[in-house]
Amino acid sequence: MKPAATLGEGARAGAHDAWRPGWLSLPVAALGVVLFYPLALMSAQAFTDPDGGPGLGRFIAIVRTGLFIGALFDTVRIAFTATALCVALGFTLAILIRFVPFVGARALSRLIDAYLAFPSFLVALSLTFLYGNAGIFAAARGASSASFLYGFWGVVLAEVSYYTPFVMRPLLAALDTLDHAQLEAAGSLGETPVGVLRRIVLPATLPALLAGASLCLLLTINEFGIILVMGVKDVVTLPMLIYGKAIEQFDYAGASVVALCNIALSLGLYFACRRLVDRLPT
Amino acid sequence: MISLIHAPASRRSLAALALALVIGVFGLPVLMLMLASVAGEWNGVFPSQLTVEHLRGAIAGDQRLTLWHSLATAVTATAVALALGAWGALAARRAPPGVQRLVDVVYFVPIALPSVSIGLALLVAFSRPPLLLNGTVTLVIVTHVVLITAYAYANAKAGLARLPAALEEMAGSLGATPHMVMLRITLPLLLPHLLAAAALGFSLSMGELGATIMLYPPRWATAPIEVFALTDRGSIFSGAAVGVVLLAGTFAALLMLDRKRFTAHLA
Repeated sequence: MKPAATLGEGARAGAHDAWRPGWLSLPVAALGVVLFYPLALMSAQAFTDPDGGPGLGRFIAIVRTGLFIGALFDTVRIAFTATALCVALGFTLAILIRFVPFVGARALSRLIDAYLAFPSFLVALSLTFLYGNAGIFAAARGASSASFLYGFWGVVLAEVSYYTPFVMRPLLAALDTLDHAQLEAAGSLGETPVGVLRRIVLPATLPALLAGASLCLLLTINEFGIILVMGVKDVVTLPMLIYGKAIEQFDYAGASVVALCNIALSLGLYFACRRLVDRLPT
Repeated sequence: MISLIHAPASRRSLAALALALVIGVFGLPVLMLMLASVAGEWNGVFPSQLTVEHLRGAIAGDQRLTLWHSLATAVTATAVALALGAWGALAARRAPPGVQRLVDVVYFVPIALPSVSIGLALLVAFSRPPLLLNGTVTLVIVTHVVLITAYAYANAKAGLARLPAALEEMAGSLGATPHMVMLRITLPLLLPHLLAAAALGFSLSMGELGATIMLYPPRWATAPIEVFALTDRGSIFSGAAVGVVLLAGTFAALLMLDRKRFTAHLA
């Protein structure tokens, strides 16, 4: 890589409408070193036998453990449940905010934008004050039994609280571009509000809804901070398994195997969703 | 704005439902966090005693250091990511469509990857020669750069697509060198988009936990790490206080960067 030389050529060339490939070499080389080289090394490490040589031995041994299969199952179960609930809640809220005019509706959608800057693990922390063993609801009920928060539904609740805005954003944008004359016409022709929603609004916003849902699925599969900070014990997801193997057991090679599977799962599901979106009739 | 519901009564109850849902789902967690950060003792439904001790602790001593680490990491990583993202978008601007798609993939890969896996990959790669960065602050910053460069690239690319092309051509035909066109026309017009990217990258970096926890050196624990460490030890109110200060710092910085741009271009 010779960035200095390409820079000189660029300045001499004069015309600014021609593409000069040399300029790309610096950022691509930088990303190569800090992203693709690490990913390649991690993959290589996943495909080694326990004795150090290349092979599928370690990969197969880890993928067959009950811990891994359980984590894979929990990850998918949590992600799909949370995404389905995010879509339901996000759709309801987006419709209410756009179609039921009330004071502060615009400010509300601004607030939802700002919510995206909130780190996910803080949501998990604040939920422990609400629903945790010593939280408000436990105190109100006078209950001493362990809260649901530290299991499957607790994680789902935190993820729904955090990821619903990611579904709402594309939906709100799609609702803004809706042809209002069409809605008014349908209404004046006798269609009920529910009918308008089902026959006009839902089909028109379906691509945005699915785009939001696929992003939500990707993010919930890879979610880590929420589960870590909540101190969930009986649910282990793939990111938690990676963390446990690498940081608590110093088993980098084993963690690499789980990380590769996690990457394959999230990318596979994401692209499957995108293909579904692309196939929709527009 | 049109409305599907015409009866005032049902309109009012739906509006109330919307407000209740938003406040219950999004507002309540933020309120609880703030309340917890000033809770002295909390055995009943509400804290029986309020104190500023936790907040004071969060801006003093070790906890203040972790906030400073987060701030320094986020500012540095955002600056590097902006340069790297804008450079790539500018360099790929007039490339053939095939090359552009390839550059898109190269830049967008980190968005789709789990942050814990990115942290692990960087830990594995930089714990061995030729690049030994394990246990350095540089590795933390590099990790954050990897995680946020995609947003800088995306915003710069979107900004370039909206640039009035005639402006640059006109400057060129009036005798401005490509260098001058870049400095006087292209970059100033791109600035709002870069500021929006900076705001998003900065807030993501301030709240980053998954990749950082895989490779941070003990002397450079960031605020999210501190929140986890405190709550894991059972000091949940102190953890909440650090979280509140972290949020306040993030939003203060975002307001400084330009609030309008931030809300218009986020995501």
